[in-house]
Amino acid sequence: MITLVAVAVVAVLIAAYVVFLTNGPTPYRPVASGTGASRSVDLTLQTVAAIGPKLSPNESWVSYLVRENGVWHRSTVWTLPAHSLVHVTVYQFDGDSGLRNPFLSKARGIVGGTFTVNGKPMSMINPDDASHTFAIPELGLIVPLLGVADDAKNQCDYAPCSMSNAHNTITFTFRTGAKGHYRWQCFVPCAAGFVYGFGGPMQTIGYMDGFVNVV
Amino acid sequence: MSSRPTSAPRGGHALRIALLTVVLTLITLPLVIWVLGPNMPPGKGTDVAKAQVFDNTVLLVVMTPITMFILGYLVYTLIVFRAGKADPTEDGAPIRGNMRLQVAWLVVTTVAVLFLAAFGTVELLSNNGSGGGQGPSPIAKPDGGALPVQVIAQQWQFTYRYPTYGGVETAQLELPVNRQIVFHVTSLDAIHSFWAYQLGVKADANPGVDNVAYVKPKTVRTFQIRCAELCGLWHGYMFDTGRVVSGGDFASWIRRQQTEFRDVTKVLPPYATTYNPDPPGRAG
Amino acid sequence: MRLRRLIGFNLLTGVILGIVGFYVGWWLGHQINAKSIEYFGDTNQNDVGLFVAYFVGVIGFLVGLGFANYPLQRLAGRPPSLREKEAGGAGRYFGLCTDHKVVGMQYLIGIGAFIFIGGLNAMLIRFELLTPDQHAWNANNYLTLVGLHGTMMMGMMTSGILGPFANYLLPIMIGARRMAFPRIEALTFWLLMAAGVILMTAIGFGGFPTGWTGYEPLSDQANMGMDAYIAFFALVGLSMTLLGLNMIATVITMRAPGMAWGRLPMFVWGTVSTSILMVLAAPVLISTLLMVMLDRTAQTGFFNPQTGGSPYLYENLFWVFGHPEVYILALPGMGILLEIIPVFARKPVWGYRLAVAGMLGITLLSFLVWQHHLFVSGINADVRPFYMLSTELISLPTGFIFVCALGTLWAGRIRLSVPMLFCLAWLFNFLIGGLSGVFLSDVPSDVTTHGSFFSMAHFHYTIMGGLIFTFFAAIYYWVPKMTGYKINETWGKVHFWLMFVAFNATFGPLLVIGFLGMPRRAVTYAGYLQGANQWVSISAFVLGFSMLIFLANFVWSQVFARVPAGANPWASKSIEFQLPSPVPVQNFDRIPTFGPDPYPYGDGVGAPVRPVATPAGPTR
Repeated sequence: MITLVAVAVVAVLIAAYVVFLTNGPTPYRPVASGTGASRSVDLTLQTVAAIGPKLSPNESWVSYLVRENGVWHRSTVWTLPAHSLVHVTVYQFDGDSGLRNPFLSKARGIVGGTFTVNGKPMSMINPDDASHTFAIPELGLIVPLLGVADDAKNQCDYAPCSMSNAHNTITFTFRTGAKGHYRWQCFVPCAAGFVYGFGGPMQTIGYMDGFVNVV
Repeated sequence: MSSRPTSAPRGGHALRIALLTVVLTLITLPLVIWVLGPNMPPGKGTDVAKAQVFDNTVLLVVMTPITMFILGYLVYTLIVFRAGKADPTEDGAPIRGNMRLQVAWLVVTTVAVLFLAAFGTVELLSNNGSGGGQGPSPIAKPDGGALPVQVIAQQWQFTYRYPTYGGVETAQLELPVNRQIVFHVTSLDAIHSFWAYQLGVKADANPGVDNVAYVKPKTVRTFQIRCAELCGLWHGYMFDTGRVVSGGDFASWIRRQQTEFRDVTKVLPPYATTYNPDPPGRAG
Repeated sequence: MRLRRLIGFNLLTGVILGIVGFYVGWWLGHQINAKSIEYFGDTNQNDVGLFVAYFVGVIGFLVGLGFANYPLQRLAGRPPSLREKEAGGAGRYFGLCTDHKVVGMQYLIGIGAFIFIGGLNAMLIRFELLTPDQHAWNANNYLTLVGLHGTMMMGMMTSGILGPFANYLLPIMIGARRMAFPRIEALTFWLLMAAGVILMTAIGFGGFPTGWTGYEPLSDQANMGMDAYIAFFALVGLSMTLLGLNMIATVITMRAPGMAWGRLPMFVWGTVSTSILMVLAAPVLISTLLMVMLDRTAQTGFFNPQTGGSPYLYENLFWVFGHPEVYILALPGMGILLEIIPVFARKPVWGYRLAVAGMLGITLLSFLVWQHHLFVSGINADVRPFYMLSTELISLPTGFIFVCALGTLWAGRIRLSVPMLFCLAWLFNFLIGGLSGVFLSDVPSDVTTHGSFFSMAHFHYTIMGGLIFTFFAAIYYWVPKMTGYKINETWGKVHFWLMFVAFNATFGPLLVIGFLGMPRRAVTYAGYLQGANQWVSISAFVLGFSMLIFLANFVWSQVFARVPAGANPWASKSIEFQLPSPVPVQNFDRIPTFGPDPYPYGDGVGAPVRPVATPAGPTR
């Protein structure tokens, strides 16, 4: 009897451990419109300097958020249709950190070769003004995100930020290509307090890193 | 329990084991030399990869007789020297050693080891470091000039810089065939390792260190690039595909890169063997 | 009445005080730096708090177990007690006990539990590698699993054989009644248990991404789980140092009459050479980790290039410990190999002096080879030929062990009992492990194999194929002596064959996969390697299943079936088998006198000992 109880307890502990290991952000799946080559989805993101106590126990970590039905979620795993256009809008509320490698300040892999910052088309920014990047290295995609000026008024303290806070709006479009499981990440050393700015939120799924499931 | 000593076996066993070793070696050695050896990784696409294949083959050739002896000996003794069913705890002969055999073993293994060390050293020095990273001041260098290519590792991707082409930085690695290449591998943050598998090149990327490795590609092909030193979350995704192309293709490719990245090349720091970019230390 | 026995200095009190201590330390740590170290506010991780919590928690745990009683009593002027809890029932096993046999049993169960966890993590890693891309665990957790598996195994298995078997057997083998420092002996075990629990807490603090090597600057970037790694390995290092010192002191000072150095059993030689490595190598690890701790907390820059430090310094210091460490894992196995083969070949050890020279030669050389881990790192490139030579020279003393084992088999009366099968498997596995090591020691070949699955498979062949196989040999050989009950031989053979075949089916292909270009610790791999990886994963699951067979057989034999083993189930002439099973508390009625050869097989004499006064047969 004691043996059975012991085996059951160990089995439950192992099961709990395994379930714990799978724990990660819930994938977000935007709805596609159109068919064939013109099939497209909209992806609306914001980046914040601090995620805040409501959305994470690590309240001062920098993070991406995604908008789903008008509500901002902390999810960085997205499911997108294959061979489709993805129209991305990023509301960028964070200040600049600067790129360690200025080469990454030039956009690559986007439709038309340019992105817009507050409506103005650009193909690269000053590497010192970069706050984050949105990059899927396997797809050759990288877009630098211009940081909010340090002296801007009404800066957002923590997420979710409202549109009345100082921000830059960045839009671009990319094509997803073949089915697959691609990681995306930020290349700006934006994790304050960590060596090279690359610890914590820069190495934890759900903040500055995630996956794009192309299905 | 019986402690009755039994007599030592006569020489027939040793002869049979020697014969077994020779026969097994004669069967396996040709397979190693002509079948396994030429197909050893990482292939023969470059001078250093070819040298590694030769090296691996020689190691296998030296190991084969030793392996065949030990395996043959084990199988033979386990079949022949089994305990009797009637008295399973009957003692064997109290042989406590044999000085001549021990000395012979010592001599054979010492010769093999010294040969391997000497051979490895010669191979290392005569093949421009065999594709391994040699630090900032390599001792095994090719004669004549080499096309410098800088490999910049960062969390988590490699980029490449061609100082003789205006210091242009690229996201892809392309190399001209039949030209001596010198990689300068460095890192902007954690320790990475630049592993160009089919080229036979591996060099750790350390922050603040210029790690030099040489290679001369011999065939036009693509090759895998992977990070071979654990560098954090996306270590497993730090891979890339490089290309070895003809001289003409390389010239037009690098011209295209120079045009495409003209604006960003202007804001790059001047070419240096190492970089110490802002923001330093704990960013914020 | 029974509940009252739970009160006192024992494991329960230790766990309670440990948890209380953890939270007290956590609170204390947060008071220390609330204002002074600003950046904790940015990072949301207070490493000082966690380190203080671990430290106070370990102190509380040890106090609860009763480790403070003796020093406090001495300070109060009371007469010292030489022994603690040596008499008494099962309660001895749940607290501080100075009987070396109890400590040995504690080690066997405690380490076994953590090895089970380490093995479970290996299964989860192999599950992830069923497909070429990340699919099962959260991407952060794959690296944490790799780190937990490696660190747990490398940390716990250092004491995997010395802990249970040397503690239990070494005093008996040299004719002593106890270890030189019995309290320290108990301390090494409980430190290890505290360390193991601390390492498991890493998953609650975000895990750690560095594997068991913990390279800087990556470890400085890591989440708070890294602190668990640091605390774990530092405590393991402390435990190792104390364990080694204790073993060496015991062998030097407590040998019985007749037990000259040239008569020590091979297992004792294996223990002594391992202990020398532990005492000299583990302190390097402890101090290195303290430097990493300072880098993470007090913002020093020992290993951070942007503040004047050097990652090379870390790599050097780590491998100055790390390479002796792998021989700390290999040497006890060699000792067991040469201890068990004579019994089942019914012959004396062939070339006793050569075997001792082999072990001591490995001990010496293992301090001179560490930079072979850094052949492509760009460090000191012009001394690589030296490290290539010294590394290949290590195959000479290793070859001594081989030739002595092979020579002992010659003209023997070989019985293929389960312990013998595991020892013979060592010969096969270590042969492959050693030969694959030659590729890694040869710089040109190392360029391809370094950091690949080849090197991973190589050290699994030497450590799992060497250490774990002899660990099981030792369990099947000595546990009947330690508990007095047999382990079922048939199921033992099923376990052996399943484990041996599955082990080779797992790690043999991994040698090839590494050569074909798969880097270590990567969650992705090239698509053409998927079939091979699936084969390896399934073999690994069979390997894991064989462990479950062992576990079931072990528990069934020892708890339920309970077939008495008798004093000498293997007809061994070693002294421990001349004692009753289990061995009585004081080991001997009178200290024995030893004869000239520890393995007098074939001489027509009995055991090398006279007189062992306690009659053979169970006493309780």
